[in-house]
Amino acid sequence: MFNAKLPEPSLDRVDGRLKVTGTATYSAEYPLENLAHAVLVTSTIAKGRITGLDFKLAESVPGVLAVISHLNSPGVPGYPPVKQPAERAPIGTALRVFYDDFVYFSGQPVAVVVAQTLEQARHAASLAQVNYQTEKHQTDFEANVSKAAVALSVQRNKTSPFQDYDRGNPDAIKTADVKLESTYVFPTQHHQPLEPHAIIAVWETDDKLTIYDKNQGVKSAQGNLASAFKLPRENVQVNSPFIGGAFGSGIRVWPHTIAAVLAAKKVKRPVKLVLGRELMQMSVGSRPFTVQKIAIGASSDGKLTAITHEGIGQTSTYEEHLERTILATRAMYACPNVSTRYRLLNLDVNTPTWMRGPGDATGMFALESALDEMAHELKIDPLEFRIRNHADTDPERNLPWSAKTLKECYRTGAERFGWDKRTSEPRSMQANGLLVGYGMASSLYGFHRHPSKAKAVMRTDGSVVMQSATMDIGPGTGTAMTQIAAKMLGVSPNKIRFDLGDSSLPDAPGQNGSATITSVGSAVHVACEALKKKLLTLAAAMPNSPLANSRFEDITAKTGRIFPTANPSASISYADILKYHQLPQVEVTEESKPGPERDQYSMYSFGCHFVEVQVNPLTDEVRVSRVVTCADVGKIINYKTARSQSIGGIVGGIGMALMEESVMDHRFGRYINTDFAGYHIPVHADIPQIEVYYVDQPDVYVNPIGSKGLGEIAIVGVAAAVANAVFHATGKRVRQLPITVDKLV
Amino acid sequence: MKPFQYIRPTRLKDAIEAVASNPNARYIAGGTNLIDLMKRGIVSPEKLVDINGLPLKKIEKKTGFLRIGALALNSEVAQHRLVLENHPLLAQALNAGASGQLRNMATVGGNILQRTRCPYFYDPVFPCNKRKPGTGCGALEGINRTHAIFGLSENDPAQSCIAVHPSDFCVALSALDATVLVVGTKGERRIAFGDFHRLPGNSPDLDANLEKDELILAVEIPDAVFTKHVHYLKIRDRASYAFALVSVAAALDLENNRIKAARLALGGVAHKPWRLFEAEKALVGQPVSETTFQKAAELAMPSAKAFAHNAYKLKLVPNAIVQALKSAAALV
Ligand SMILES: Cc1cc2nc3c(=O)[nH]c(=O)nc-3n(C[C@H](O)[C@H](O)[C@H](O)COP(=O)(O)OP(=O)(O)OC[C@H]3O[C@@H](n4cnc5c(N)ncnc54)[C@H](O)[C@@H]3O)c2cc1C
Repeated sequence: MFNAKLPEPSLDRVDGRLKVTGTATYSAEYPLENLAHAVLVTSTIAKGRITGLDFKLAESVPGVLAVISHLNSPGVPGYPPVKQPAERAPIGTALRVFYDDFVYFSGQPVAVVVAQTLEQARHAASLAQVNYQTEKHQTDFEANVSKAAVALSVQRNKTSPFQDYDRGNPDAIKTADVKLESTYVFPTQHHQPLEPHAIIAVWETDDKLTIYDKNQGVKSAQGNLASAFKLPRENVQVNSPFIGGAFGSGIRVWPHTIAAVLAAKKVKRPVKLVLGRELMQMSVGSRPFTVQKIAIGASSDGKLTAITHEGIGQTSTYEEHLERTILATRAMYACPNVSTRYRLLNLDVNTPTWMRGPGDATGMFALESALDEMAHELKIDPLEFRIRNHADTDPERNLPWSAKTLKECYRTGAERFGWDKRTSEPRSMQANGLLVGYGMASSLYGFHRHPSKAKAVMRTDGSVVMQSATMDIGPGTGTAMTQIAAKMLGVSPNKIRFDLGDSSLPDAPGQNGSATITSVGSAVHVACEALKKKLLTLAAAMPNSPLANSRFEDITAKTGRIFPTANPSASISYADILKYHQLPQVEVTEESKPGPERDQYSMYSFGCHFVEVQVNPLTDEVRVSRVVTCADVGKIINYKTARSQSIGGIVGGIGMALMEESVMDHRFGRYINTDFAGYHIPVHADIPQIEVYYVDQPDVYVNPIGSKGLGEIAIVGVAAAVANAVFHATGKRVRQLPITVDKLV
Repeated sequence: MKPFQYIRPTRLKDAIEAVASNPNARYIAGGTNLIDLMKRGIVSPEKLVDINGLPLKKIEKKTGFLRIGALALNSEVAQHRLVLENHPLLAQALNAGASGQLRNMATVGGNILQRTRCPYFYDPVFPCNKRKPGTGCGALEGINRTHAIFGLSENDPAQSCIAVHPSDFCVALSALDATVLVVGTKGERRIAFGDFHRLPGNSPDLDANLEKDELILAVEIPDAVFTKHVHYLKIRDRASYAFALVSVAAALDLENNRIKAARLALGGVAHKPWRLFEAEKALVGQPVSETTFQKAAELAMPSAKAFAHNAYKLKLVPNAIVQALKSAAALV
């Protein structure tokens, strides 16, 4: 059932060659004529008002076409008129670009310089003078934590999952046999995809806009720009066929996108704007700084009796970013008494956003660390402790799981890792003079599926074109979709082209929430099924057709031909069907969407990670030396791309555990480590061999293809597994990420 | 980045004159540090004098010392037979720095003159006495996890600087008593490595005791016995491609399990590579043992002073010294 090797041929990435040869065109690379270059001028203070702008020097730089600020912006028609006197934006207002003189965070775009060349624009931007009236800013979480409160949006929505939650007896924790309480601190982290955010904006006419843009959803970018600029949706064309990683940073439309569109309007030329690495940290959202308190109670025989989980996340002063931080705790283990609280703290920072495994990665770091602490306290093996508290049904919703083979994951992971060799005492294992630690953690991620459309076209030569406005930010969407189509149609993958990343294609959700395979894969599946049915009908109408009386269930498609399953020699090729009917092509567009199954079953992906670390006893340097991960995400479509997803998640999790942190100097309300020399992500030398296993059984209730999302579950829990391994190696429990040398010395 | 002039002279004299005659001219070698600083608006030279046309690439053995030309690439030096045979510590230190790509661009002269990586130096929004004397030290009461614990100035705080010198190579050069050969309008001179870099004192904007027009021609490393028991230990936030939190260059000469000679220098702890003369002295004549190393390591610490976020270095440094010496002596 478990597969270390590739069990069936996994299609190579359909765009792999383009990418590795540098011929895939990314957003900043379109060689448009008459292209001008934009560079942002950003605020150097965290809170206050702009009192003066002096662009004389900037404008005198040769090649400068315009310097745009709130004083001379062509304006965003979707913004309300500025109030007199101007007021700070109320909570729930996305940052309005070049709108008024308010500054909400350090690094906020306050002007944009457009010039003939990038060098001219950069130089001019460095000469732009902005004067401020500074107000006292608050960015320090700890100093302000007493102001944390229930989010306004939650107060207004009684059915919000972020309402205070109590299951069973909220006081049960007080009478638990064994009780532990700890606080876990999760720092601000940034997505840091290698490709920076980039856009080329082109006004084709006064009311037609085209952008080449790095984002995670062409349809949502289209909708957002259409409403901002009061254009019919179809007048906004978003092209994003290749994305060099995003991890959530491209879900929203950020201010620089609007700035580029405004700049293009002003100079009446295509304008390119690429964020520098420092603005990748200052102006496109982050995983929020989050503090969690977990109290956990257990009986002395190792049964969880109570958990209280309180999470406080950081957000900006103008928007509320909520994420799942405390939600996993309600569903993960069989525990009769569970209480969760979720609060937000508004600070003078940029609004955080979703980052791979949003909320769950943060929450499961705390929960899975706390479980490890309790297992240690109870002197029970941490894996055994989890098995004893396995939730056989969803304890939150009192529903059966659509599918859950977590125990299988535990067994396989433990076996492949050699968990039985773990000696329970901290500091009890050594190798080559280094302390060795084994740690593990569970992982889960909710199942998401959204309505999605796909178009399937059969052409006279028997080739197929599939289209959907979905995205590929790296997982290999086109490859997986091609495989789904190939299987359903019985057409060789190399005769299928899959188009995505184009807002004119049939509706599809953006790529987030691990929902692409589940949503778009289902649409591709049903579209190909409908196409096949249509082709069968056409085939049946041909003279002496061997398929004349065949039902859909009784036919098979293979190598571009269909035939009665019982009589393979009586086949007709797709090409001949079209030729006979003299059709240039046959096409269908189908939609697939979730149904009532969501109310009948609780749907999650589950998995677990096993991690070995080695720690130098003198210098406290930690290195991850081995990882085994096992996940149940339903049916695996493509083992190679799936495995890459899992590996990427583990790498991200190792970064999260050991090095990633955006450090802010609160005296200035400004990040200090805004380059890759200061913001560390793992390099090759940090990453050991990673073994990946899947259960690979279809979840028959979730969707027609039986697959669940993998992108997020790959990272959820990894940081806890590392932290637990570090505890096992050193006896030191680090509850504040990242686990750097200074915290262990 | 400000517009600038660029020239690439092929004669030493022309290069020196070009820099001497323009107060805002700078030499550029690999450009891996200078270009970054220019892009960030931290330095804005009017004129770049590219020295890559000068014949300064040679690595050669002379009587009594090894000479490494200023334009030899970090990667070339780290692989060179003469370096590996005579001073393997240098190769270890170089390979611990930056990345393969950067080492293929970075030169010996540029490495020695690279600027600090203090985050306050790198963002003009922050105060920094090194970037703009008199504006204050951002790190002093800011985030100083990576900052100095040795050689701090006792002067007016507005004038002080707690940044560290970032080079790995220089730590090894310091341990090996190298000499820097320079030439300027006033002619050639040799500077002992210990005198080359400065402590911040009253002018933290200056990293080295070098005249503006002076060009590094080479570094010279005297013949030494440290060919076998050497170790460059670099402790950092990830396994590779990160600057040192603390680094130790350790070199031992052993006979019958006794230490005949020792060299020790630290990186990541001061405004310049930090040589540990007292600890070295204490090692000589002692048996190879963890106790010996611990005693020596303790001698390094009395003058150390920590700030809000770098107190861990007070404990990490002696441990790192012990670890480096153990590795040098192959004592597991
Ligand atoms: C991301 C990153 C990571 C790095 N990590 C490390 C690390 O871990 N350890 C480490 O030690 N280093 C590290 N470095 C720094 C790297 O070693 C230096 O950038 C490099 O050595 C500089 O050499 P260069 O020839 O490129 O110098 P340049 O950038 O050309 O010049 C640097 C300075 O030296 C001057 N200069 C150059 N040559 C001469 C000469 N012959 N005479 C007089 N003045 C001269 C220039 O005027 C300039 O001021 C890193 C750099 C980067 C960008």
